[in-house]
Amino acid sequence: MSKIAESVPPKGGFSFDLCKRNEMLVQKGLKQPSFLKTGTTIVGLVFKDGVILGADTRATEGPIVADKNCEKIHYMAPNIYCCGAGTAADTEAVTGIITLILSHVVLIAITSALCYCFWYACNLFYLFNVAMLSLDMVSSQLKLHRFHTGRDSRVVTALTLLKSHLFSYQGHVSAALVLGGVDVTGPHLHTIYPHGSTDTLPFATMGSGSLAAMAVFESKYREGLSRDEGVTLVAEAICSGIFNDLGSGSNVDIWEKEYLRNYMLPNPRTYVSEKGYSFSKKTAEVLLTKITPLRELVEVIEGGDAMEE
Amino acid sequence: MDAISGDLNAPHSMGTTIIGVTYDGGVVLGADSRTSTGMYVANRASDKITQLTDNVYICRSGSAADSQIVSDYVRYYLHQHTIQLGQPATVKVAANLVRLIAYNNKNMLQTGLIVGGWDKYEGGKIYGIPLGGTILELPFTIGGSGSSYLYGFFDQVWKEGMTQDEAEKLVVKAVSLAIARDGASGGVVRTVTINKDGATRKFYPGESLPLWHEELEAKDSLLDILSAASPEPMVS
Repeated sequence: MSKIAESVPPKGGFSFDLCKRNEMLVQKGLKQPSFLKTGTTIVGLVFKDGVILGADTRATEGPIVADKNCEKIHYMAPNIYCCGAGTAADTEAVTGIITLILSHVVLIAITSALCYCFWYACNLFYLFNVAMLSLDMVSSQLKLHRFHTGRDSRVVTALTLLKSHLFSYQGHVSAALVLGGVDVTGPHLHTIYPHGSTDTLPFATMGSGSLAAMAVFESKYREGLSRDEGVTLVAEAICSGIFNDLGSGSNVDIWEKEYLRNYMLPNPRTYVSEKGYSFSKKTAEVLLTKITPLRELVEVIEGGDAMEE
Repeated sequence: MDAISGDLNAPHSMGTTIIGVTYDGGVVLGADSRTSTGMYVANRASDKITQLTDNVYICRSGSAADSQIVSDYVRYYLHQHTIQLGQPATVKVAANLVRLIAYNNKNMLQTGLIVGGWDKYEGGKIYGIPLGGTILELPFTIGGSGSSYLYGFFDQVWKEGMTQDEAEKLVVKAVSLAIARDGASGGVVRTVTINKDGATRKFYPGESLPLWHEELEAKDSLLDILSAASPEPMVS
């Protein structure tokens, strides 16, 4: 028993040793592998009866567009959604969507540097598949909390969970979030920064395109907007980010009580090949044809006993 | 884009002006409302005066994340303490809890705080807890990046036993002076007055603040455009 205890670090909490090692390596000249960042425009807006969230759909890896239509509006609870800017892996991991679990990364003990694993993981997978290394993913925590309390989740609950998670990683989990939702106490909109600080605002923008989007909001926002006016304004702010920021692009996603994926597609693919993409039968030469009917291999029995418990 | 995106990744900090003064019968806490990430103003209307209990408030400056976490912890401890004690917590207890967290985590925290409140034993009290976790009980104290411009001002203007009105006017004047000179302070002025009757929040929008030397009247300001019926059409 004592041997097992020895391999666990004496104090709780995240061990930042490998983060220091990474910084030292960069200083010595190691080129850090670029990870998938959502150079982004994400916005949120409170209108008369609720909250509208908007996001662009471009995921970049350095100068390359890795995903032209990624999803940046993440589910937290049926009534709470969260837009994420920053490292795609981090925003996904912290909001709780696992699209792929890397088995060999999971085998690395959690005590080894989380940031190294994210680095490594993001380098391997160029799409925003995520390794769930930490056990507290906020949307899962919210679901458990809902079971425990028997009530709908509140936005401040999600806010506190996200802020504590990000603070404990001292800014190394590079996720900047716009959290919005409607609960029994009303509509709420919050921004959460990678270091764990939060702001509560009537309208907010984050990401590399935040300045462009904020310019639109500052000139056109007013209190008591209707739902349609709000959605139009949000779409305009995201478009401003898409067209004026290099890190944002492609389409506009909106959430307002329901997720309107690709609400607007201002960047359609305009080139269509004249030849088309269908290939005539004569294109490839057929060398051998063998057809095996499967019906002869399978025995179909009709009737028989009904299933019994 | 790199310069700007680098700035947007900078830690969220409140280059601030925060003030706490005692007057005859209570305290007045005041703060500006600008939160910056590097050179970008992340929130131009933030609330830096946070409630710890009904009768004790705290002004936050420095790293936004650190100061929010410290005040959350202290609010939690004070809540427990109030339940155990059976009566409202004193300002001294609140300030010492803040000090313990600030001092014991001095290597990791970067936040200067001012705790102010009113209790029935000591009346109105102000405690300054700067970086490092010193605790200083003072008749008035200032903090944040904008406070550098106010030391001389307070030396001249401060007097004991002011009335509530005088104290509030003093705080608003001081914050607006600091806003005029400090780039990292701005927005609106928020004050909280705490006395035996409880705590009262006041809000002074930017246009209501006096202009100082070389500051110009707002012309074609966004506030005028927004309050106008419709924007002027563009004429080519």
